Amino acid sequence: MPPDHHQQFRDAVRSAHDRGTPLCIRGAGSKDFLGRPPRGEPLDVGEHRGIVDYAPTELVITVRAGTPLDELEAELAAQRQMLAFEPPRFGAGATIGGTVACALAGPRRAFAGGVRDALLGCRLLDGRGELMHFGGEVMKNVAGYDVSRLMAGAMGTLGVLLELSLRVVPCPETSLSLRQQCGATEGLQRMRALCRRPWPLAGLCHDGEALLIRLAGSAAGVEAAARAIGGEPLDEDAWTAIREQTHPFFADTLAGDAALWRLDLAPASPLPAWGRWFIDWAGYRRWLITDREPAAIHAWAENHGGHARLFRRAQDTGEAPDARPPALRALHQRLKAAFDPRGILNPGRLYAEPEPNPSRS
Amino acid sequence: MAMPESMNDAPALPETARPEARISRPAMIAALRRILPAERILHEDEDLRPYECDALSAYRRLPWLVVLPDTTEQVQAIAALCQRHQVPLVARGAGTGLAGGALPVEHGLILSLARFNRILDIDADNALARVQPGVTNLAISDAARDYGLYYAPDPSSQIACTIGGNVAENSGGIHCLKYGLTVHNLQALKIVTMDGELLQLGGQGLESPGYDLLALMCGSEGMLGIIVEVSVRLLPLPQRAEVVMASFDDVARAGDAVSAIIGAGIIPAGLEIMDHLALSAAEDFAAAGYPRDAAAILLCELDGTAEEVAAQMAQLEELLRQRGAGRIQRSRDEAERQRLWAGRKAAFPAVGRLAPDYYCMDGTIPRRALARVLSGIAALSEEYGLPVANVFHAGDGNLHPLILYDANREGELARTEEFGARILELCLEVGGTITGEHGVGVEKIDQMCVQFGRAELAQFHALKAAFDGDGLLNPGKAVPTLHRCAEFGAMHVHGNRLPFPELERF
Repeated sequence: MPPDHHQQFRDAVRSAHDRGTPLCIRGAGSKDFLGRPPRGEPLDVGEHRGIVDYAPTELVITVRAGTPLDELEAELAAQRQMLAFEPPRFGAGATIGGTVACALAGPRRAFAGGVRDALLGCRLLDGRGELMHFGGEVMKNVAGYDVSRLMAGAMGTLGVLLELSLRVVPCPETSLSLRQQCGATEGLQRMRALCRRPWPLAGLCHDGEALLIRLAGSAAGVEAAARAIGGEPLDEDAWTAIREQTHPFFADTLAGDAALWRLDLAPASPLPAWGRWFIDWAGYRRWLITDREPAAIHAWAENHGGHARLFRRAQDTGEAPDARPPALRALHQRLKAAFDPRGILNPGRLYAEPEPNPSRS
Repeated sequence: MAMPESMNDAPALPETARPEARISRPAMIAALRRILPAERILHEDEDLRPYECDALSAYRRLPWLVVLPDTTEQVQAIAALCQRHQVPLVARGAGTGLAGGALPVEHGLILSLARFNRILDIDADNALARVQPGVTNLAISDAARDYGLYYAPDPSSQIACTIGGNVAENSGGIHCLKYGLTVHNLQALKIVTMDGELLQLGGQGLESPGYDLLALMCGSEGMLGIIVEVSVRLLPLPQRAEVVMASFDDVARAGDAVSAIIGAGIIPAGLEIMDHLALSAAEDFAAAGYPRDAAAILLCELDGTAEEVAAQMAQLEELLRQRGAGRIQRSRDEAERQRLWAGRKAAFPAVGRLAPDYYCMDGTIPRRALARVLSGIAALSEEYGLPVANVFHAGDGNLHPLILYDANREGELARTEEFGARILELCLEVGGTITGEHGVGVEKIDQMCVQFGRAELAQFHALKAAFDGDGLLNPGKAVPTLHRCAEFGAMHVHGNRLPFPELERF
């Protein structure tokens, strides 16, 4: 039987469904800047917080979606465990629900997995206000479709997340970081070479001036790797600055037409001379500050096995072009309709969507 | 669980082709001839026979037709043709599946991906292997080895199972505790949907925009789309790997040792438990050096750089001693490591020698419930008079009870299946799931009614309909209809309230 405090959310969504009123699912609002503008009647999930179950030796935690990340991570740290995907907050009070909905991960992601990799189960409300439970609390689970993982990155458009079961990992015994001064192209080559060997890597980026390397694991393993790889010592705090984008590269005010772009693509892709690059995730993720025309950046990213997204601009976030081939777009829309037939959950947050349909239910 | 009348009767599956739309076999063959050559269309009984079942051999049905395309364009045309004539389509890799996922469907086509067996590209710089779905799991690692790389998920059938099938079942393997399942190692897919469209999912980056259809395809058991190309991530080969075998006089103690290892912050590369029956059968078969008198053995593998392994190994051995391990044997070289694993890897055929037949179960439980579940299984074994050997992926709670039986004994298959169903329900009772890695297929479809409620099952059907509105891809598998749940009575009645009260019962 669902606990009573799900009832208020069920009622709110059911009512919105019956009226055809768009809902804007809100945690702390720390990700409002991301994606297309949020709109609709606020559905505040922020008060729905707390740990439901935590079994450290099972490597799983079940938590209510409104739980602040800080609170969740403190609970894990007390047991010397952590979320493998090292999520950024980008604002005070950031919740685990919003983090999962936006699928935001930090520097460790390339080595320890992303948000969706850590999702084992969820409890959610669909666009009719129906309460559902998918997945479970175990990693090996192939009963039914993987609806839980589908929620990662869906930005609340497929369901209101109420509870999440997440895989957690032990904190490494020790962490040690190094800095090697070199240009971006050289840095990228070195990163790719490091990835070809079984080093205990937990972070690999280039900040425009130097290659930054984080090693994590047993003390003996980390120290031996550091001796072999070489470099000046780097404070562990550097990775927090990278995660939260308070690093000087991101702190520069964007003037005029300059924009911050986020690219996900083949890690050994080159670095065209278009502006300033920050390379993360061992090359898989690139940040670019440039005033280059968007169409060229989108096309280049696609040619290198990935995509580009305008992340921040001086004026506004800007519209991400809908580059989906027609068949894929139609499938996404059918999938959305399967979860939210009246289109009331965070409409337009991912892609431009039609207005809620008054005739369907 | 559906009871076949005899060993060779497949369970009744819902008819999907509407009678008025049913095309005759000669007409279908003629239409297929416009897409691919005659020798790629099988219709004679002796040619169809090898496709009548997968590795769940108790369920067989001769397919209506089998096609073996070579190209993506052929697959697209075949799918579109099937949709036009409302002919169901079942994709098949190597047919090693253990849940009947590739069991032929009434008046349906088997689409074999066996000829899609080329490795298209090994891109070491980008740590990527791009392959066709019919390539075996092991072939990918073999090809990557020259670059000092490998593909981590290693199901025990990896010498034969195909990567397309691995995606369909989200396969794991002994190393998945540390390195993840197929979904954690998958970069991209090309799929053909039932209307013949070709979709590209994922890419060469680690994140893709929009809905995570790549993750949704993993474990979708051939129900959402036909996989025609797979790109996987490659990892650097570990510098060193060592395995420790520890014996215990009590299986619960072995389970506690596992919790202690995880609790100490160690994530081993492999962590397996075998109970007495499994380990003694394995020892007879493979002479791996297992102590026959042990109640259970634990195999724990560590990998990484030489320094990492040495450091963790010291910690591991100390933990095992503290937890009451009897004999602790650590592999001194690669040959010994292989030998210690040989018994575990041969567990199924080894156990298979103990009886004319065996039925391999697959459930996942929270690790802390291991002792309770094993004693529950032992009690059921007494009740049914059927011995059970247990092999346990201790790291992730995935349990494989192997029920020994003789199909030639009257009613023994039915009793075995009933026993198996009760084991799955026990897994659910302790908060687990009915399938860790083998999939639901036809085998566990009734237990889906116990694991999920009406709302979830309806959502699964709606999701499937978004991909395949006519329900032609692998119909009758994996997700039961609500009517089936009501009819087969697998729902439990709580508080005298019948579930699905709105459905008529006969």
